Amino acid sequence: MSAAVEVRERVRELLAAHDPATTDRLDFLRARFDAGLAWVHFPEGLGGLGAPRSLQAAVDAELAAAGAPDNNPRANGIGLGMAAPTILRYGTPEQQARFLRPLWTGEETWCQLFSEPGAGSDLAALGTRAVPDGDTWTVDGQKVWTSGAHTARWAILIARTDPGLPKHRGITYFICDMTDPGVEVRPLRQITGEAEFNEVFLSGVRIPDAHRLGEVGEGWRVAQTTLNNERVAIGGQRTPREGGMIGIVAATWRDRPELRTHDLHQRLLRGWLQAEVVRLTGERLRQQLALGQPGPEGAAMKLAFARLAQELSGLEVELLAEDGLGYGDWTMVRPDQVDFLGRDAGYRYLRAKGNSIEGGTSEILRNIIAERVLGLPAEPRTDKDVPWKDLAR
Amino acid sequence: MSDLLYSSVEEDLRAAVRAVLTDHCPPSAVLARCETPAPYDPRLWRTLARELGAAGLQIPEEHGGAGAGLRETAVVLEELGRAAAPTPYLGSAVLATTVLLGCGAADLLAPLAAGEQSAALAVPLTADPWADFPAGVRADAAGTLSGTVTSVPDLAGAATVLVPALGQDGPALYAVESTAAGLARTPRTSLDLTRPLADLTLHGAPARRLAGPDTAPGILRRALLTGAGLLASEQLGVAEWCLATTVDHLKQRHQFGRPVGSFQAVKHRLADLWLDIAGARAAARNAADALASGDDGPETVLAVAVAQAYCGDTAVRAAEECVQLHGGIGMTWEHPAHLYLKRAKADQLALGTPGRHRAALAGLADLPAPA
Ligand SMILES: Cc1cc2nc3c(=O)[nH]c(=O)nc-3n(C[C@H](O)[C@H](O)[C@H](O)COP(=O)(O)OP(=O)(O)OC[C@H]3O[C@@H](n4cnc5c(N)ncnc54)[C@H](O)[C@@H]3O)c2cc1C
Repeated sequence: MSAAVEVRERVRELLAAHDPATTDRLDFLRARFDAGLAWVHFPEGLGGLGAPRSLQAAVDAELAAAGAPDNNPRANGIGLGMAAPTILRYGTPEQQARFLRPLWTGEETWCQLFSEPGAGSDLAALGTRAVPDGDTWTVDGQKVWTSGAHTARWAILIARTDPGLPKHRGITYFICDMTDPGVEVRPLRQITGEAEFNEVFLSGVRIPDAHRLGEVGEGWRVAQTTLNNERVAIGGQRTPREGGMIGIVAATWRDRPELRTHDLHQRLLRGWLQAEVVRLTGERLRQQLALGQPGPEGAAMKLAFARLAQELSGLEVELLAEDGLGYGDWTMVRPDQVDFLGRDAGYRYLRAKGNSIEGGTSEILRNIIAERVLGLPAEPRTDKDVPWKDLAR
Repeated sequence: MSDLLYSSVEEDLRAAVRAVLTDHCPPSAVLARCETPAPYDPRLWRTLARELGAAGLQIPEEHGGAGAGLRETAVVLEELGRAAAPTPYLGSAVLATTVLLGCGAADLLAPLAAGEQSAALAVPLTADPWADFPAGVRADAAGTLSGTVTSVPDLAGAATVLVPALGQDGPALYAVESTAAGLARTPRTSLDLTRPLADLTLHGAPARRLAGPDTAPGILRRALLTGAGLLASEQLGVAEWCLATTVDHLKQRHQFGRPVGSFQAVKHRLADLWLDIAGARAAARNAADALASGDDGPETVLAVAVAQAYCGDTAVRAAEECVQLHGGIGMTWEHPAHLYLKRAKADQLALGTPGRHRAALAGLADLPAPA
């Protein structure tokens, strides 16, 4: 039986055993996970069937058509897009069994405790300390820009376990319990008015060694899996033609002929062209991935996505003329999901500014393309081989 | 969704074409040939067209071709672009061949498929798929042609010239032997040294009618659409050469005690260019795949407009960056960068400028201009 046929068969069985119309939402999601239809490319027993990733779209579409609930992925982007692939790659069987199911169903959402006040682009310079004490670790430090920390049940965390080693080598990766009494989350208000992200103070937080992901000192390598997946998660979403920001601008253009000018028309056509080419580039990347030949376009998709989102959202504000002067609502709220496209044009314009910062800035992504894809020589560095404790800061 | 990758057959074809070009068409040879009156290397063309069968890729087997298709043709164009190779491929194997296929002129296809002759389509290189049927040549009642067509690509060596002309009953397509009485070709000095242009003058030249008013406009449009869509692949090849050559140079070249390629200002420009070229590859493949399907519906037309609007500018930018980032050597006649700059700039105007194709998108994507 081909994988596609088997997957379709499983969908039919799931729907037969759990009628979406009468089944409790969470019960349905758990049953879907147990049927291997959560993420079909994951192994059996962990929500998947070991099937090609390309079959997922058909599963999602078929279940949606049958009226099945989804797992509200926007409320748990970091869990689904970043924590899960890292746990799959580096987690112990116990960790995988404990964390993946409630992560996928959305019962437990996740956040990412990576960035610090002194370590952003230069993430490996981080200073949050984790000190071993028997089979637990004690963590002290400060994290910042932590999206969704106010709703998350768990966090992926990187911390310094050996300050005597050069910065990339003394880091260890943990799963942190956000309900630990030593975790304090304070909102940070953003340029949009709301607070999607937070600062997080860690004071004597206790983490059992069983919640360490990967070996001690291997945290930087483990974090690469997270970061690579973050870039694909932000820029690599499959979209139909006119999906995303361009669809919103094009709809306004069609609906409101009185707003049209020749200059805006030229820029709209360029934007539309750019959006279509970015869409095709992403599609080509997915075709490569499906054949198991991952191309280096991964980091680039986020770079392209950010550039496009910023251009188009700026164009939309201009197109709206007087309406572009308004703004929906500046009230400080703490949203429980990340939404790049939600609300109004002013919000989209401002939120898009984050796209070239979050998940690695566009400057850092260009460095990555230049050095790892094009093979250009690195800039001279003074920090690489110096013990972390001796670095200038 | 179209297949945007390269099949293993396509990769084999690429390797074969590239091997021929590496042997017969190094930049030094291209440069040397530019300054001779014979723009093409007949041996190179014979090897490509006859031995590899590259000229007949889109011609069905019953007419002596390879019966492959336009995806494969596009791969050949990528390699020809990468080598800035002077061959009549675009004019003969793409434009003229597409017209002959549309007309079903089997006897004229056979010598092209066999690589024995080349043909030219008598339109200016700047012709685009959205323009009106050309009116520069007229057929009289006896079927002889008179008029002029300027800046025709790949005309010089063509044995047969395919001429869109207004006949007594409307638009038609004719074939004229290049040796016919009343036919004259005047070479132009062209910006692109590797794709010579010539003006065609006809004075009562005897001609054979291939298609009449019912079909001629559609056949011509299909040929120009095919040319525009596949030219994107040539532009991709040009851009890829420019980026690769620049990266290689900047890894070697030292200034201020370090490789110039380690300076971030330079790296970021190259990273952006790489990203644009990744887009060009996806767009060019998409157009080739759409054209190969044989469907001329709106999806294909849109795929062509997107590819040509995007790849034309990308190739120019790549070539301009190549010159700039080579410094003084980039300005020399000796270094091949200028061959690519000239090819890229001429290609940008060829078969519709990026602006023309963007304007077409306004209709295709329902983004109407202001009233
Ligand atoms: C909306 C949003 C959500 C976020 N969510 C999270 C989250 O959930 N978890 C988390 O851990 N982090 C999160 N971040 C943090 C994000 O990853 C960092 O902001 C980012 O990595 C940049 O670090 P920084 O802010 O310290 O800026 P800096 O590193 O100080 O950079 C400042 C400027 O200098 C440039 N720069 C720095 N180094 C170089 C260099 N070598 N070459 C050229 N230019 C350079 C940068 O590109 C930038 O323009 C989020 C950020 C935003 C905006």
